Parts: sequence; structure tokens; C-alpha cells
Amino acid sequence: MKIEFDHLQAAHCETGVTSSLLKYAGIDKMTEPLAFGIGAGLFYVHIPFIKINNGPAIAFRTLPGWIFSKTCHSLNIPVIRKKFSNKAAAASFLDSCLERGQPVGCQVGVYYLSYFPKEYRFHFNAHNIIVYGKEEDRYVISDPIMETPTTLTSYELERVRFAKGALAPRGQLYYPKEKVLLTDEQLKRAIRSGINRNVRNMLHIPGSIAGVKGIRYTGQQIKKWRDKLGLHKAGLYLAQLVRMQEEIGTGGGGFRYIYGAFLQESYSYYPNDQLLEISRLFTQAGDTWRTAAIQAAGIYKGRIGSQSDFNVMGDYLLEISELERQAFGALSKIKWHS
Amino acid sequence: MEKKDVPQDLSSLGKITKELCYATDESGKYTTELSRGWDIKISALDTAWQDIKDRVALARELVLNDKASPILFFMEKGLMDIGIVSAYTGFWKWQIKRHLKPAVFKKLSDKKLQRYAEIFNVSIEDLKSMNVHED
Repeated sequence: MKIEFDHLQAAHCETGVTSSLLKYAGIDKMTEPLAFGIGAGLFYVHIPFIKINNGPAIAFRTLPGWIFSKTCHSLNIPVIRKKFSNKAAAASFLDSCLERGQPVGCQVGVYYLSYFPKEYRFHFNAHNIIVYGKEEDRYVISDPIMETPTTLTSYELERVRFAKGALAPRGQLYYPKEKVLLTDEQLKRAIRSGINRNVRNMLHIPGSIAGVKGIRYTGQQIKKWRDKLGLHKAGLYLAQLVRMQEEIGTGGGGFRYIYGAFLQESYSYYPNDQLLEISRLFTQAGDTWRTAAIQAAGIYKGRIGSQSDFNVMGDYLLEISELERQAFGALSKIKWHS
Repeated sequence: MEKKDVPQDLSSLGKITKELCYATDESGKYTTELSRGWDIKISALDTAWQDIKDRVALARELVLNDKASPILFFMEKGLMDIGIVSAYTGFWKWQIKRHLKPAVFKKLSDKKLQRYAEIFNVSIEDLKSMNVHED
């Protein structure tokens, strides 16, 4: 059995799953950038004293599941979300959804995800896929990162749904409860509330390790890494920063571009030229993240490595922090007049 | 980033699927483009794997010198830390820390060894002898 469902490739797994499931629920206008913006997906946090894979704990994203929940909440769409302690119950619930013709979003770990290349299979548990069919023992999977649909055996799917470690998915699945009709007015309100929430997350989170202040914090730390960790380890840290930024769920640079695309799409609902200008600021921020990644690569490849090279690297992040402060500051002052 | 600047350096992911990127066209309007990979990301991933190789080699040394049990070797090889091993095996972290000592490891029952063997995808014999079948 296979549900009539259009596989859509996306830049980021959770926004891809969100926009595909909402499209299926009847919201034709949903796009990946809209889901990302309404779900307030842009974030940054650098948690000191904690290590992930022996490197710094840096995240460019909100907690897994947030984008889907926030987007649906803003659009007044009721959501079914379930976790399981029992593997058999998790499988039979999934099967019953598929029998009803409901495609289902699943949080999974990538360590045992068989169709991923081995080099990418770390213990990372916040990947999202859609299951939309079952043929004998194989589930039909729409993984937004992949160009085409793929499959997993029931054993393979169970293994990734019950991956262990940080952010263990515990069989978690989710989908919009029912088909919906959405007015443009509702969509407009959701865009505004998404932007406001993202402004709050990036500018007004207390403390100095999250939002634009977090980016600044990392920039300042990087300048100390060479002395504190030695050149070799500092290089490993920078490689991890780049992987978090560009690889795992497109993170830093890529997210800025999606946000830029979101603001351009918002312009067709709120024709305010400021949105286009601020979109350009996010493009600029994304470009600077990528320039910083190139500088970092120079260091971890061993091509450069003096203290001044680390200072340049740290300064890029300070520059980005300031750019994004301006961009979100401008967003917070927009007059929506409608 | 402009569409024409989206990098196309073939990565190991690129052999399986191209990645979708958002980029701007000549008029500054956002659109999407597929990328085969980016040299900068490839080398970041290579750096991470080189580090893993170093750690595995160091762990092997420690085991051969009787400074650690083979669990350390398989743990590093499986990109795991004690927290992850604990979550998969059901042992407490302090138990695993004990099992990392060669003297304690040698006295472990087959039942306990089996729990480790399972998450490392090896047989108990291979677990004890640090034998690796490359897949």
C-alpha cells in the first residue's frame, strides 16, 4: 500500500517534512521557506562546558520538533504527536496511520540510517523523514534531503526510530490531525507571529550564549582556542563548527538563505519594501558565514594557523552577530499596517 | 550566494543525492539550485574522520598494552561515548567505566559481553580479541 504523496526535496529535513505534510493536509501555498519562517527556525546557541563528539556544543537550530509544532500552532492546525516506549506499539500505530492514508513524520537517528553514506552516519538523532507507504516488509520513505523517495525494511525503520543517546526520538511520530482550509488572512497572521518569535529568540533570550549574543560569544572564544587547546585541537573544533554550520541540517549559512527566501515570500503577503531590504541583509549574513567557513577550513587543513588567523575567524563571527542584530532589529520595527 | 556560485565539488553524499540550496538569481530573487557538495564541507568531514581514526588507533594501543579493555576500542570505532553505550546496553555509566578496566572486563559473564557485542555488531569472540571485519 502506498499513499498518493508527492516527494519534495528540501534544504532542511524538518522544514521539508513540515511543508510536505502541510501541503498534503490541503495548504497548497505552503513552501519550505514559509514553514521555516512561520516555525521561527533560525536560532543559535553555544553551550559552554559541554562537548558533542569531543568538540564544542553549538547548534544553529531549535529543538527537533519545534518547527513543525510552531508552524502548525500559528496556523491553528491541530497536531497529533506521539512517543512510544514499546517498539511493537510504535510500529502498529504507524501502520494504522498508513492504512488510513495518512503520511507520517518521524524523528529518527542517522547512525543506522542505511541509505545515508557511511561518512555521514554519526549519532545524530534529530533527523526527520516522512513514511508514506508499506510494501511487504519495506516502508516507503520520503527523506527531504534526498532527491528521490527511498525505502527501509521494518527492522531498519525500527532501529532508527529507536536510536539512543542525546535527543533520542523514542519512536516519535507526528502529523496534522485533519485536512484544513487556510485563508490568506490566517497565513499573514502566522507570518507576523513567526517573525516576532524569531526576533525574540535571536535578540531577547537572556544570557550571553544564545541568539546573536551567542554568535558573538563563539567569536570571542575562537580567538582563545589556539592558546587554550593547541593548534591541532583548535582545528578540530573549527571543523566541527563548520560541520554544524553547513552540514548537519544546513545550519548556518544555508539557514540565512532560507530566511532570506522566506522574507521575499512574505513580501507577496505584505508588500513592504523593507522586507526585501532585510532579506538582503540575511543573504549577506549567509555569505559571511560561508566566508568564515573558508577561513576555518584554511586552519583545519593546516594551510594557515597563526593567532591572527584565529582573530580573523573570530572577527567574522562578531561581524555576523552585528549583521543579524541589525537585521532582526529592523524586523522588530516593521510597521505591518494591515 | 548567487545561483551560479553554488559549489559543485563532488562529496560522498553527492554520489548518492544532490543537496538542495537556496540562492539568488541575477535579479536578486531567491530560487533553488542543486549542489553536488562543497570542498569546505568535505574537508571538515575528512578532518572529523581523521580524528576518529586517531582515537581508534590510540584506543587499540591502550588495549594492547593492557591499559584499557576492548570496549574502549569498539566504543571509539562506533563513534560512541559512555552515555551512548549506556543508553544502548542498559548498563549504568559507572558500570561501563568499570568494564573499561582490563581486569574487570576479563571476568565479565558472557551474558554481559553479549550486550556489548550486540551494539558493536560483533561476536563475543571478536569483542574479546578486538577483531574487526571491515564492511
